[in-house]
Amino acid sequence: MWVTMMAFVIMIVFMFAFAVDAGQVRLSLVFPGILWMAFLFAGMIGISRTYAHEVPEDTLTGLILAPGDRMAIFLAKLTTAFLFMMGMELIATPIFFALFNEPWNGAWGSLLLVLALGALGIVELGTLLSAISANLKSGEMIFTMLMFPFEIPVLITTVEGTHAILSQPAGNPWLWLHGLMAYDAIFLALPLLLYDYLWEV
Amino acid sequence: MRRVFAKDWWIWTVLPVMLIALYFDFVGSPNDAQLGASARILYFHIGSASVAGIAFTVTAIASIGYLIQRTVVWDIWAAASAEIGTVFTTMILVSGTIWGRVAWGAWWTWDPRLTATLILWIIFAGYLLLREWSDNFERRATYSAIIALIAYVDVPIDYMTIRWWRSIHPVIFTNQGINMPVSMQIPMFLSMGAMTLVFIVWMAVRMRLMRAELGVGDLKNAIRAHIEGQ
Repeated sequence: MWVTMMAFVIMIVFMFAFAVDAGQVRLSLVFPGILWMAFLFAGMIGISRTYAHEVPEDTLTGLILAPGDRMAIFLAKLTTAFLFMMGMELIATPIFFALFNEPWNGAWGSLLLVLALGALGIVELGTLLSAISANLKSGEMIFTMLMFPFEIPVLITTVEGTHAILSQPAGNPWLWLHGLMAYDAIFLALPLLLYDYLWEV
Repeated sequence: MRRVFAKDWWIWTVLPVMLIALYFDFVGSPNDAQLGASARILYFHIGSASVAGIAFTVTAIASIGYLIQRTVVWDIWAAASAEIGTVFTTMILVSGTIWGRVAWGAWWTWDPRLTATLILWIIFAGYLLLREWSDNFERRATYSAIIALIAYVDVPIDYMTIRWWRSIHPVIFTNQGINMPVSMQIPMFLSMGAMTLVFIVWMAVRMRLMRAELGVGDLKNAIRAHIEGQ
């Protein structure tokens, strides 16, 4: 999962570098969009594999039979996916900055916050949807079809927030970050409520 | 044929309401002061929007019902209502783009409400695909109920977009009352009523069809089991 995500995001950096002509486009305007599109794609590739090993090896039954709350399984999967996502973002972001010649204004704290909140937004529903798609015939297809529309709010808020943080002079990202926090809270609570029902089939 | 008409006589009650609504939409109401006759598309636009809201609410309630009780009837309610809601959302988007071209000069803008409605439409299209592509009945019902409940988060947000953020949509229903002259309120509420009746009739027909589909599926399985048993 980790290797796939990392390889994919580096590949995407190069593809975007070729796709967007630095001589024609003002890169700083499209930079946040490119950054988050790459993270979303890489995240989806990684998270869709969360349950991939459980079904063919039938380890899911063991997990379900294990004593304790099923919520713990979901939270464990979520935490793993989040840490992978965060690691991928932390390594890939400097590469993005270097390859796109994006000037760095030193706003460490707020950029880290956007990266963490964005990663959380992507993995929360991603973990739930990958649990659903692992049990379905055309699961991969359904995962993609459902992930994209559900992640549109994450994409809007992270891109606008990153844009505000990186622009010179820096704008106010808090309007967008508050929206993203609300999204993260809602879609952490809902899967936790619904996850139990997922296993009763 | 005659038996079908006798059984479904109540469906015909939609017709007079529809005709009265159409009369008020096109003849019995004044032109808009600024937009002229083109503003009449509003009656279809708001009518479909209210039905889509009702339909997705029915889906959400039926999905909760299914997750708690696990009975087929809840799944049929949820699925039928989601299908019809998606059709009415398509009608909102189509009537809205046509009207947008006339009123604002652009087919589409990324206004909060347009964005939220488009997201809703895509999510429920995904919901219908999920139903189409799953073969196991119980899995399909459970998974689609979960997706429907997650998707429903967008419905109240979509309703509130124009109140929370700046939007090109006017706020008609406010705490102080309805922000519209009575001569336009009459066709608006009549259209809402007529479209809601269409929704009810459609639900009845679609749910009957779904029950028949399930019955056919059961029969097929029984025959297959019988042949394999021999």
